[in-house]
Amino acid sequence: MSSSANNPLPRAALPWALVTPALGWTLLFFVLPFVAMGLSSLTAHEGGGFTLSNYSQFFTNPSYWQAMVNSLQVTAIVTVISVLLAYPFAWILAEQVPERWQRLALMLAVLPFWTSYVVRSYSWLLVLAQNGVVNRALTGSGLISEPLQLANTRFATVTGFVHFFVMLLTLTIFANLKQLSPSYRKAAADLGAGPVRTFLHVVLPLTLPGIMVGAFLTFVLCIGDYITPQILGGNNELLMPQLVMMQIGRRGDFPLASALSIILMAVVTIAYLACARWLKIERA
Amino acid sequence: MSRIVRVISWLYAIAVYGFIFLPVVVLVLFSLQATSFPIPPFTGPSLRWYDAVLSDTRLTSALVNSLLVASISSLAAATLGFLSAWGFARFVLPGSGLLRGLITLPLTVSYLIIGMGLLVLFNWAGLPKSLLAAGIGHVVINLPLCFAIIYSQMGDHQINIERAARDLGAPEWKVLLLITVPVMAPAIFAGFFLSMTFSWDEFVISFLLTRFDTTLPVEIWNLLRSGLNPKTNAVGSLVFAVSIVLVVLFELTLLRRRKA
Repeated sequence: MSSSANNPLPRAALPWALVTPALGWTLLFFVLPFVAMGLSSLTAHEGGGFTLSNYSQFFTNPSYWQAMVNSLQVTAIVTVISVLLAYPFAWILAEQVPERWQRLALMLAVLPFWTSYVVRSYSWLLVLAQNGVVNRALTGSGLISEPLQLANTRFATVTGFVHFFVMLLTLTIFANLKQLSPSYRKAAADLGAGPVRTFLHVVLPLTLPGIMVGAFLTFVLCIGDYITPQILGGNNELLMPQLVMMQIGRRGDFPLASALSIILMAVVTIAYLACARWLKIERA
Repeated sequence: MSRIVRVISWLYAIAVYGFIFLPVVVLVLFSLQATSFPIPPFTGPSLRWYDAVLSDTRLTSALVNSLLVASISSLAAATLGFLSAWGFARFVLPGSGLLRGLITLPLTVSYLIIGMGLLVLFNWAGLPKSLLAAGIGHVVINLPLCFAIIYSQMGDHQINIERAARDLGAPEWKVLLLITVPVMAPAIFAGFFLSMTFSWDEFVISFLLTRFDTTLPVEIWNLLRSGLNPKTNAVGSLVFAVSIVLVVLFELTLLRRRKA
């Protein structure tokens, strides 16, 4: 660090020249759009002028309110199911699979993670369609006589989401389990704990903060996604991102879409604050 | 006891792998369907739907658009990310922590909201919807990733190599081009390929910010209106294949870095 003090003058400008493009880009195309969205949300769709009606509409129109309730319900269901499915899976990959196969097993487990929401959701539509693979298998085996209505339901939306988030959570929980020092388990065994007690009293509590991070990530990504509910859930029930897109698509109502986006972001921020506090308590 | 655990573990793992791969297998299998519905029974294999995709100029031009937007926006994100990471890692700047926080802030906001903000801004500024607008959005989402990857890989031994070059009289631009860029190449490429993957797959920002000339995920979205179709399977399988190639390149560049 001392060497940088003796440098000739032009060097002082260099660090700013390096960081300014990235900072400028973020200010111009991330912060400024956000300000524009905030201002837009406070203007009337017809004729402009200042108004709070875009926000008050959300609280007075029951169908808008319902979209938020739907979003929170779906997100909560998805988060819980994904954690419950992913944890044992990550545990098996980390503890039961031989060390040299683990990397391959994990890469395989998250392979479909890398395709777009659009293609993934369409693939689930194929699986869940009226005469798709699942219904054919069920009717073919004589379990049911009439095909089930699986696509265009909340069940389909949840399935599509759970598929994605099981992969994401497997990654984060696996990393968490691998970071645990084996000496914890040895110590528990030396003190006479069986494998079940070791897991419940040592491994699970130590991986809980990691689970919370993964669950929070699931919450954020799930509540903001438009594709999965639109393709798999159809328009039978609306989630918040669908409601936002509808304002732009059908009515060109940017102010209302902006207000709804900001409300959605506020909910995520509140969840973050709640989660952060909880995490701190956990670590203490 | 441990035998039972092993058996249950195996069964459970097979079930989860089955769940994870079910949609992908169905997608790829029925892209080879010979008849016009991607539903059982399987009538292929046939490549006719891949033919149909490759002779559809809307899809092929969307594919070219996607590759262009992904490579140019990733190049921009990796360049801006590298320069700023170098600036923050090598020099003491006032408010450094806060400014680094600002650069990584877009990671915490959903793509829908980033796209909405840009739509409102461009609408006010009178900028028309275009691939350029979508590309600008892709740099916004990928710059924080590139910055975080490259910044985290800048260590002390690289500072020492740079210092040696300076002591031997190299001007700053020579240090940058002949020392820092080659030393940091694996991290820069990793950031670039990861950005490519995300930009290639990105839908909602492109959907909001483009109109006639658009990217492949948006064009696939348009195809969905016609219902289930083996052609959609074929183009979806192609998109998936490209993503896998990009992820493998990302893994390889990171692996090489670890061994070095």
